[in-house]
Amino acid sequence: MKFTLSWLREHLDTSASVAEVVEAMTMAGLEVEHVDDPGARLAAFSVARIVEAVQHPNADRLRVCQVDTVDGRKEIVCGAPNARAGLTTIYAPIGACIPANGLVLEARPVRGVVSNGMLCSAAELQTAEESDGILELDAGLAVGTPAAVALGLEAVIDFEVTPNRPDWLGVDGVARDLAAAGLGRLKTPAITPVAGGFPCPVQIRLDDSGACPAFAGRLIRGVRNGPSPDWLQRKLLSIGLRPISALVDITNLITFDRARPLHVYDAARLSGGWIEARLGREGERVEALDGKTYAAGPETCVIADASGAIGLGGVMGGASTGCSETTTDVFIESAWFDPIRIAQTGRTLGIASDAQYRFARGVDPESLLPGLELATRLILDICGGEPSEAVLAGQAPAPPAPFAFDRGYVEALSGLSIGRERIDGILSALGFGLDGETVAPPSWRRDVEGKADLVEEVARIAGYGALPSTPLPPARPAPGGVLTVRQSRMRTARRALAAFGYAEAVTSSFMKRATAETFGGGAPELVLSNPIAADLDCMRPSILPNLIEAVGRNTRRGYPDAALFEIGPIYRGDQPGDQSTVIAAVVSPHPARRWDGRDVDALFALKGDLEALLGEIGAPALQMVQGDSSPWWSPGRSARLQLGPKTVIAEFGEIHPAVLKAQDVDGPVLGFELHLDLLPEPKRREVKTRPAFQPSPLMPLSRDFAFLLPEDAPAGDLVRPILAADKALITEARIFDVYQGPGVPEGFKSVAVEVRIQPREQTLTEADIETLSARIVGAAEKACGARLRS
Amino acid sequence: MTDIAELESNNLTRIDGAADLAALDEARVAILGKSGNVTLLARTLGSVSLEERKVLGPQINQMRDRLAARIEARKAELEAAELEAQLAASRVDLSLPAPPRRRGGVHPTMQVMDELVAVFADMGFGVAEGPDIETDFNNFTALNFPPKHPAREMHDTFFLPPDANGDRKVLRTHTSPVQVRVMHRTNEKLPGWIASGQEPPIRVIVPGRTFRQESDRTHTPMFHQIEGLVIDKGIHMGHLKWTLETFIARFFETDRVTTRFRPHHFPFTEPSAEIDVKCDRSGGEVRIGEGEDWLEILGCGMVHPNVLRNCGLDPDVWQGFAFGCGVDRLGVLKYGMPDLRDMFAADVRWLAHYGFSAFAAPNPASGLS
Repeated sequence: MKFTLSWLREHLDTSASVAEVVEAMTMAGLEVEHVDDPGARLAAFSVARIVEAVQHPNADRLRVCQVDTVDGRKEIVCGAPNARAGLTTIYAPIGACIPANGLVLEARPVRGVVSNGMLCSAAELQTAEESDGILELDAGLAVGTPAAVALGLEAVIDFEVTPNRPDWLGVDGVARDLAAAGLGRLKTPAITPVAGGFPCPVQIRLDDSGACPAFAGRLIRGVRNGPSPDWLQRKLLSIGLRPISALVDITNLITFDRARPLHVYDAARLSGGWIEARLGREGERVEALDGKTYAAGPETCVIADASGAIGLGGVMGGASTGCSETTTDVFIESAWFDPIRIAQTGRTLGIASDAQYRFARGVDPESLLPGLELATRLILDICGGEPSEAVLAGQAPAPPAPFAFDRGYVEALSGLSIGRERIDGILSALGFGLDGETVAPPSWRRDVEGKADLVEEVARIAGYGALPSTPLPPARPAPGGVLTVRQSRMRTARRALAAFGYAEAVTSSFMKRATAETFGGGAPELVLSNPIAADLDCMRPSILPNLIEAVGRNTRRGYPDAALFEIGPIYRGDQPGDQSTVIAAVVSPHPARRWDGRDVDALFALKGDLEALLGEIGAPALQMVQGDSSPWWSPGRSARLQLGPKTVIAEFGEIHPAVLKAQDVDGPVLGFELHLDLLPEPKRREVKTRPAFQPSPLMPLSRDFAFLLPEDAPAGDLVRPILAADKALITEARIFDVYQGPGVPEGFKSVAVEVRIQPREQTLTEADIETLSARIVGAAEKACGARLRS
Repeated sequence: MTDIAELESNNLTRIDGAADLAALDEARVAILGKSGNVTLLARTLGSVSLEERKVLGPQINQMRDRLAARIEARKAELEAAELEAQLAASRVDLSLPAPPRRRGGVHPTMQVMDELVAVFADMGFGVAEGPDIETDFNNFTALNFPPKHPAREMHDTFFLPPDANGDRKVLRTHTSPVQVRVMHRTNEKLPGWIASGQEPPIRVIVPGRTFRQESDRTHTPMFHQIEGLVIDKGIHMGHLKWTLETFIARFFETDRVTTRFRPHHFPFTEPSAEIDVKCDRSGGEVRIGEGEDWLEILGCGMVHPNVLRNCGLDPDVWQGFAFGCGVDRLGVLKYGMPDLRDMFAADVRWLAHYGFSAFAAPNPASGLS
């Protein structure tokens, strides 16, 4: 919403400057978005008078002018055909920046004559779209008068109107709040009814849909339409509106002056002697004033006459009945439309007119007749004519109901200590009716429905600057910290992976549906109806594809060696329980070549990182299963980590080359995905003490075993049974060699395991060790079919 | 009788002259061995008189001890020299690089999340979470956005397809629906991580992903918000002001930040406010804590009585405040990333530039960042 200071002053007696108005608006909740101040923009420009203009010696189209300026007499070269002696125009000194093209003037010769400044056209100052020649101003203007003053340009204040305050869509509403805030005295001109000379010949009809519960109108006959007077055109232009004709300009003026949209019909073009507001019908169409034709079905409120629908009620008038230069009889509509229907119609038809914007937010239901009378008065003044009686059909909604207001609630809710007199003063100034403990909101404040709303009114006008700063009552700190186990695990995982060398990424929750389908997602209920882009249309079933895509992007930029992780949500359905948290990481190993020739196996390094991560977040022991991974993993080079036979906690390995190809990424890419929410949580224990530390005084010893295993059996499966062979004595079992070749039967491999044994109470005799070894061999044989290599 | 002093002198010269351990051992044998000159000299004592033996015996013994000690000392010297020579030969070129090590890091948005949790945990706030896919009721209606109301248009909402009843789920446009989940006690069966209704007093923050259909330098279709909610008896706007002032000073880690409370409108708070911080924009970038400009950083207000009622709380008994702000944007203001869209592009160079060390976990003892 835009307005100028002079317009505001028609409603508010104030001496405040633009800056003061802006400050007062901001602190009363009218958020100023922009102030366009021509005075500042054109500060360098001022009125000047051409004393002499002679032909340029070297150019036919140029004149050399002697000009009286704020800087004294100047010689200026000018190419405008109207540059002549005696002309009063606008002068730009050397160093000024021309608004239209951003050029900064320099004193330099034009065809051999130095121009000491410039004489300006309206287009160059951006006060008109085009112009032929330099400005021709009133000869009475004094040389040196600032250009903005000479051109009658004013600062325009543009502010955001929050949806609760449709009354701010009229300058009168802005003035009322500023008056309440102490910026001046409210003086909105009163509206006096105009008596009609004859009954209104157009009958007003309403259907019972509630789309248009009230409609006031009157006919004025014998008007002369044409361009509106200068003051009206300037006023509309000042806020960026295009003047059309006097009748239309008057309705636009009232729309912005009083937040009261109106419509004018050429009565000669109405059929049947009646006008009706009703819902549209199947197949009905309206050609609107913007030249486009809109479908006006049963969801839309239309204005109709005997010929059918002639306008989109509250949204836009129709072309067939609009006013023109030839209009002599005008019918004025001042109606109230259901805001929700108007909002919907605007969205459906894609129309955001000034009327639609106001009706959608709610126009003052008591403004029908005053708006009609004000329009009548202006039409009579400007276009002449003879008014009929005003007619009101239907009934606009009643103002919000009065309610009890305990003034003590102001302090209870806001903390502001404000006396009753001040509270009541603010409410009265804003138009609220006060009757003892009861407060009646004004008709234009349909947003006010309870006492909290009144506290806001009082607090914002009194000023939020006065709010006390009151410490919160001390809360007993949670003895175990505020985070849940899951939340703590997420933090730990983040820090652990960052320490392991992975860079944390945060990627979008959506991805391309085809990609989601590759990763087990893409259900129809997870496809957005209105995605921001076609390749971001589906909620992600996995984080991996986003990280893989990031690897591709980084590779294309020349940074292929990426290790990324993300901790975030995945979505398996649209129910709350379908969202879960995963920790995902990818590595695209392109390590730098090493001078020592050594190499790290990326897949086992990743496995090590995953195991270390699981350790850091306190996961229980998990079982590794190979050969059963989801299809986006490379089958021979991936595995799952399970808790029990069913719960898959994590999958890791190499991404399937076909999946990488589909995402246009060069492999190999390795990764893991860990389902955090499936990890059981340890019980929070009250007692934090740990079992006593009891180191054995005896030396540990180690023994090596070499087992023969079928070549496709998982060697790692040996470890667990060996450890279980004697839980008290065996502290560790580590595979340190795997061998196939001479000395090992065909189809078998030799797996060497170092077993570390910690005697507890007494030194082990050779016989004890042999018994233990036999148990180890037996356990390995029983669990894995392993034979001791002889 | 051999001159003892001369013998000792000759022997010492030989010991000191031994160039290596082998020569030293030869000297030792020649001096103290079975046929060594000192051993032989000692043997001659048997053939001298008792008087002479009483004089010569101790002299020879003392000389032998001195020579033995000198041999040991020389041996230690030669061993040390040999070690030095060996070490000098096995020199390693330490200008060569160590095995490569990837440098990881924490994403700035997540670092800021951790900072915010640290600040508010200290003020007694717990952390509540809710799902990203929400019902229209939780995202709008319960928060006093009536169906079809223009206020809904302020949020550019992402919709999922309508179900059999024509109801459409939305991607939450703010973290505020978790307010409803925290206050509204229902029988809905939910996973443990999702906040469920609790009895006041309530003091929580709600970090999370939020979604709006917009994209430019300062907006991304996915972003992060943090919500705060306090419900208790007697909570008023003064408490809100103190809480936010405290939060802003602690988050920006300076007392120089000036804040301004300005009236605004949100459907779910009444009265409502926006908070501006003073800043300087003259250099093209925003600098908090200097200058004369104002920058809006968050919205807040007293929880609307209709919202309390919608959640089954009596507004004549319980009062409270709520606030919400963009986490990514807070990160931008504090750490100066120029384009919000880069936050979610996973560019390894950007992550290395703006990321945080794994060990920079915010804590009250060492500060946030």
